[in-house]
Amino acid sequence: MKRELMKFLLFAIPMLLLPLALQGGYMLNVMVFVGINTMLAVALNLLLGYAGQISLGHAGFFGLGAYISGALTTISGLNPWLAMPLAALVVGLLAFGIGFPILKLKGHYLAMATLGLGIIIYIAFNETVTLTGGPSGLSGIPNLSLGGFVFDSDLKNYYLIWFFTLLVVLFSLNLAGSRIGRALRAVHDSEVAARVVGVNARLLKVQIFTLSAVICSLAGSLYAHTMTFLAPASFGFHFSVELLTMVVIGGLGSVYGSFLGAALLTLLPEFLRAAHDYDIVIYGILLIVMVMFMPGGLVRGVPEIYRKLASRRGNAADA
Amino acid sequence: MAPGFHPRGKMQFDHILQYVLSGLSSGAIYALIGIGFSIIYNATGIINFAQGEFVMLGGMLALFFLQLLKLPLWAAIPCAVLVSAAAGLLFERLAIKPLRQPTPINLVIITIGGSILMRGLAMLLWGKDTHALQPFSGETPIGVGGATILPQHLWILAITLIIIALNKYYFYHTVSGKAMRACSYNRRAASLVGIDVRRMVLISFVISSGMGAMAGIIVAPLTMTSFDVGIMLGLKGFCAAIIGGMSSGMATVLGGLILGVLESLGAGLISSGYKDAIAFIILLLILFVRPQGLFGKSDTERV
Amino acid sequence: MLELQGVTQIFGGVTALEDVCFTASAGDITGVIGPNGAGKTTLFNIVTGIYSQTSGRVLFEGRDVSGLPPEKLATVGIVRTFQNIELFANMTVLENVMVGLHTRSRSGLLACSLRMPWAMREERQIRGEAVKWLEFAGIAELADVEAGNLPFGKGRLLEIARAMALQPRILLMDEPAAGLNSRETMGLAALIRQIRDMGVTVMLVEHDMELVMDICDRIVVLNLGRKLAEGTPRQIQDNPDVVAAYLGVDE
Repeated sequence: MKRELMKFLLFAIPMLLLPLALQGGYMLNVMVFVGINTMLAVALNLLLGYAGQISLGHAGFFGLGAYISGALTTISGLNPWLAMPLAALVVGLLAFGIGFPILKLKGHYLAMATLGLGIIIYIAFNETVTLTGGPSGLSGIPNLSLGGFVFDSDLKNYYLIWFFTLLVVLFSLNLAGSRIGRALRAVHDSEVAARVVGVNARLLKVQIFTLSAVICSLAGSLYAHTMTFLAPASFGFHFSVELLTMVVIGGLGSVYGSFLGAALLTLLPEFLRAAHDYDIVIYGILLIVMVMFMPGGLVRGVPEIYRKLASRRGNAADA
Repeated sequence: MAPGFHPRGKMQFDHILQYVLSGLSSGAIYALIGIGFSIIYNATGIINFAQGEFVMLGGMLALFFLQLLKLPLWAAIPCAVLVSAAAGLLFERLAIKPLRQPTPINLVIITIGGSILMRGLAMLLWGKDTHALQPFSGETPIGVGGATILPQHLWILAITLIIIALNKYYFYHTVSGKAMRACSYNRRAASLVGIDVRRMVLISFVISSGMGAMAGIIVAPLTMTSFDVGIMLGLKGFCAAIIGGMSSGMATVLGGLILGVLESLGAGLISSGYKDAIAFIILLLILFVRPQGLFGKSDTERV
Repeated sequence: MLELQGVTQIFGGVTALEDVCFTASAGDITGVIGPNGAGKTTLFNIVTGIYSQTSGRVLFEGRDVSGLPPEKLATVGIVRTFQNIELFANMTVLENVMVGLHTRSRSGLLACSLRMPWAMREERQIRGEAVKWLEFAGIAELADVEAGNLPFGKGRLLEIARAMALQPRILLMDEPAAGLNSRETMGLAALIRQIRDMGVTVMLVEHDMELVMDICDRIVVLNLGRKLAEGTPRQIQDNPDVVAAYLGVDE
């Protein structure tokens, strides 16, 4: 247990101290996105990496969290701190309800079904103009505030987002290491064996699907209140694929891997500004290369390579 | 009562006829794409997420051959189909065959990777604009009942029928086709009687990409083509295949037609903004309620 | 304890089982044998909730459990092992057994993720008990080995340890001796006897005649989907119909 705590602190403390090193500026804004994407990638990883269920529609839950909170606060003037949990509740109920029929499907069929679900949600965002502002977007979403303190700058938003990100990471780490996490991995490895020893695989899958959706909704709501503007284009198939890439690159079944994948895929485009149009090609190549040569993701692949190199150097030294 | 005694009713009927006819045409396209999905699925158990991109490639390549290389139409089309089929071959050899652990997750991720790679390359090569391919034989509308269709619609119908007939011939009257059917019934048994299953996998990819490309070419004059048409068309083709129970034959054709007509009627009568959503709602419903397809007989009848 | 009444299973046009009736008594080791294609595995899959029989009933301690899914049967006390061993290959040996204790804990998803004290306590208990079952099966030293890397014989023992962790009332074993050499089979026989002595009823499907005749108290013989005979090993061995059904005795 101590080791796990150490690992988490090694992760959390630098993230909390980072703004001091960055001295404000553009990178701070990017790191806010890294926080949000980390939450999303971790959520998807719980479903995909641990439970082994493919979802290509997670951008939909993200978008629902964003738009529901955004619409409630702009149209009904509801307090964001009430709108966010309300959005999470709605998304949770939706995910729970649709989870039962959709998770009866397996493999490719599940992938297609979740893809279809994500696209239906995306189309709905574009069409329900009175609620979402349609393709031109929804603006004027209020920032979050505590008492008189308003989260309206990059620095404040950074700490707001990363507070929740660290909570999500901690929560997921605990979950993964618990009997529930074990049961998930068991269902992934052999659903029939898990059922035979009493694991209610069906219910468990739906529970994880719901949890994953709720986390995405939370991230979406936070996104809405820090960006103050939403456009449907951010919540389509393209982003679902991006999330998938983050999880695959970082490492399926590794919470820290999801952070790694999210950070890489959020930061890389910033460093490759000129190559913006190439991002689709790069994602495609990354996905193919990762699955072929490093199916365990960077989190496992890099230490593996390091070990191989180290042992080879050791052999050469002995020779 | 005067002849045509329900003028508003007739107009309504004309509208519906129009929707049905255009739905049949898009349905034929979905059918071709769906058969492509089924062929690969039956031979390999893989759902090729990149199938839609071959459709896109067909249209874009045909444009390329026509406009940049100035080839005549009758040469540009086969070239486009051949190059797309070659792309399918490359895809299978480079991305599918070398996969060490062909689990569903890995296959989904790799075919998605392939699809976005192709889309990205297309965008880099040909830009983001939509392009119009010239109709094969002009644009003078033809009256059918109270509705109108374009000559291109007839081309779509004709070529779809030809492809389906060729398909039937291939699968039932050639050695290689029968071998593929054997694979789809029972892969292990097929390999035990000496069928080279790996080659069947390759052939299935080549045929599917070729068919997809053809579908993309014949629909391009109607719906314009651009680097990202693949996603929607691919998904709708998949929907057709699901309705047809992953059959490479008539069931998927019917599936495509049903989908096309329902989509067209829905868009015309209910809401055009949600047109694309109709296909996916149907997809979800079928997957939830009858995943073996409307006509599916579970596992035995595939082709 | 376990009673089959008129169990019939028809797949498409094939009648896999027809009107099979027998009883496995509490505390017995009951063997189900029969030539290939007799329907043994189908029977097993029905009793363990993987298939739903076409007609007939399965009664467990007088209660109709026909058609209950495997996870429900596990809570009632019916657990099985698989012929081709179904392990959680990417988890350690210890973790595999800990999954067997999954139903022992009441802590929900939230309690576990928030590290509530009672959840942590249950986790410690699960770990301790899992170790005990590994010791019971004789594989405690392999606790941290990844299950996918185990040799087949050890994997078999792991599956048994995992099943026993549920403390079942009846343990159903599908060809437990398959893939084991004679030394391992003898170890298996001793283990099964130990299990029975703990009060667990055992029912096994087997091809290994030596093992069956050695440890079983009662034997049921199936042939072509029907019950051919039922009795003690002696009675079965002397039954001419049984001998005739087995054309080419198994090794």
